[in-house]
Amino acid sequence: MKKQLLAILLLVSPAFALASSGDIHLDHANIDPTNKDSLQRGAKIFVNYCMGCHSAKYQRYNRLARDLGMREEDVMENLMFTGEKTGDQMDIAMTGTMGKKWFGAAPPDLTLVTRVRGVDWLYTYLRTFYQDASRPFGVNNQVFDNVGMPNVLWQLQGVQKAVYKTVTDDEGHEHQVLDRLELVEAGTQSAEDFDATVRDLVNFLAYMGEPIKLQRQSLGIKVMLFLLLFFVVAYLLKKEYWKDVH
Amino acid sequence: MGMLVNLRDWIDARFPLTKMWEEHLSKYYAPKNFNFWYFFGSLALLVLVIQIVTGIFLTMNYKPSADEAFASVEYIMRDVEWGWLIRYMHSTGASAFFLVVYLHMFRAMLYGSYKQPRELLWLFGMMIYLALMAEAFFGYLLPWGQMSYWGAQVIISLFGAIPVIGDDLSLWIRGDFVISDVTLNRFFALHVIAVPLVLLVLVVMHILALHEVGSNNPDGVEIKKNKDENGIPKDGIPFHPYYTVKDIVGVVVFLMFFSFVMFFVPEGGGYFLEAPNFEPADPLKTPEHIAPVWYFTPYYAMLRAVTIDIGPLSAKFLGVIVMGAAVVILFFLPWLDRSPVKSIRYRGPIYKVMLAAFVVSFFVLGYLGTQAPTAGRTMLAQAGTIMYFAFFLLMPIYTRIDKTKPVPDRVRG
Repeated sequence: MKKQLLAILLLVSPAFALASSGDIHLDHANIDPTNKDSLQRGAKIFVNYCMGCHSAKYQRYNRLARDLGMREEDVMENLMFTGEKTGDQMDIAMTGTMGKKWFGAAPPDLTLVTRVRGVDWLYTYLRTFYQDASRPFGVNNQVFDNVGMPNVLWQLQGVQKAVYKTVTDDEGHEHQVLDRLELVEAGTQSAEDFDATVRDLVNFLAYMGEPIKLQRQSLGIKVMLFLLLFFVVAYLLKKEYWKDVH
Repeated sequence: MGMLVNLRDWIDARFPLTKMWEEHLSKYYAPKNFNFWYFFGSLALLVLVIQIVTGIFLTMNYKPSADEAFASVEYIMRDVEWGWLIRYMHSTGASAFFLVVYLHMFRAMLYGSYKQPRELLWLFGMMIYLALMAEAFFGYLLPWGQMSYWGAQVIISLFGAIPVIGDDLSLWIRGDFVISDVTLNRFFALHVIAVPLVLLVLVVMHILALHEVGSNNPDGVEIKKNKDENGIPKDGIPFHPYYTVKDIVGVVVFLMFFSFVMFFVPEGGGYFLEAPNFEPADPLKTPEHIAPVWYFTPYYAMLRAVTIDIGPLSAKFLGVIVMGAAVVILFFLPWLDRSPVKSIRYRGPIYKVMLAAFVVSFFVLGYLGTQAPTAGRTMLAQAGTIMYFAFFLLMPIYTRIDKTKPVPDRVRG
């Protein structure tokens, strides 16, 4: 019986090893949700570069103003361009049917995108578009192969080209695989500045995914402290009652 | 005080208030040697209350319609005052319920709590477990995310594997040819009314049965066999105040874990709230990898472990049979176990090894159920399935030949 147990344990270990190997390398987004300046910059990028095609239809403008520490007038002036009311949700005029016709797939709503994809994935995705003449918009993406979206940030980033390398697989066949991306045409921002821009944008997207995140964590600390105190009281009460149980 | 006493007497003349209080709390004598494992019954009751109360508040803003369900959950998360807290309590509560119930069931296996005279108590408990699985399954469709939709699709399609009546049966369950608004509406009705009613009735029956026979304990000694001159078990102490104050400590510790998840990792690493479920259900887009929530994964792994057709019976149908049998076999535990002793403390080495192997197989299967299948993983799942069933099917043999130790007359404190 013990042998059987050992055999099972031995069988399990490779399964865990397999599970730990990831598919694609993702850069660390390193966002700071408490940095309001970063969030405000991210909101501006989102409204200017993303909202042409993507909605954020669960997010309200006035909520954004409040959470990001902006005055509603500033939000109306800087982030609202088509006569919305301040309590409106960040919806767009383009419908899913139109999007499907123009891009092959309807651009998804982005309110919850960080909760689906994760911040690191988005941070990497937005920075890894590269030239590919075979695609309708002339670009492909390293983490989202054959994506329908054009590289909307190309003026900031510049144009990247894919550099391939040859690898030989287990069976001796040679393959061309994407090794790295190379900047062939500079954009208006340096590489570091562009990374920071994307980081701001991802930070804002993460905020939209869960606007109450900071509130949740700060309340959580208070609740845990209360429970700790309650534990001491409850434990002493139990000890007192149980003194006469032998 | 005088007025309150009069009020109590007035009620007692019309309703058995004091009688019930004494029967179930102040004069219900529980063994004095309960350990860590005995917290999970009261905790399960606590989680049930959390789920019912938060559930009631969620229904006030949730809309059971395919067009509105997903958005209404986001409305709760964003626009409803403290809606996020109520929703996270409910989603964390779902996982907590299974965790607590699994530990509660494992306690019964450790100390033979299902054995004579507690067979019916165990059966009621198993029915609660079944109802809980149904409740979780129906509830998981309601947020109408991608995993809600496709998870339900996979599970309902399992009924389609039943020969002859399968297709009609799954059509009847869905009420449509695909999972749709109709399905969502009926699942909502079942989740918020039908199953909770059944659950509550079963919980009452479970507790009544427990208080009729009395609690087992880590020594597996019947404390009712040793009573003092007043007819009170010598090793028993009144549930109230002793175990009420002790359970409060358990509740606080449990709430610490619960709050930690709810406030700091509400997604539970993608196991409590799965990432694809933050995307609205799309009947035209199948997710790359469909995995049930963690508490169903051991059974899901067993379902997928069956890969061969036998005659006219498809592998899928046989998988469904295996999965169903894995749950049903638990009902027979009191009659499969032929050991003369209850507690693991006095059982022999074979039972201990088999129980350990059973736990390992349950964890391994649970892990495999979350992963996409590969040839190696399927083989491992097959080994796990065999181990799972071997624990039960060989039990009448190994519990009889196992060397047991003598059981003391009184609990060891």
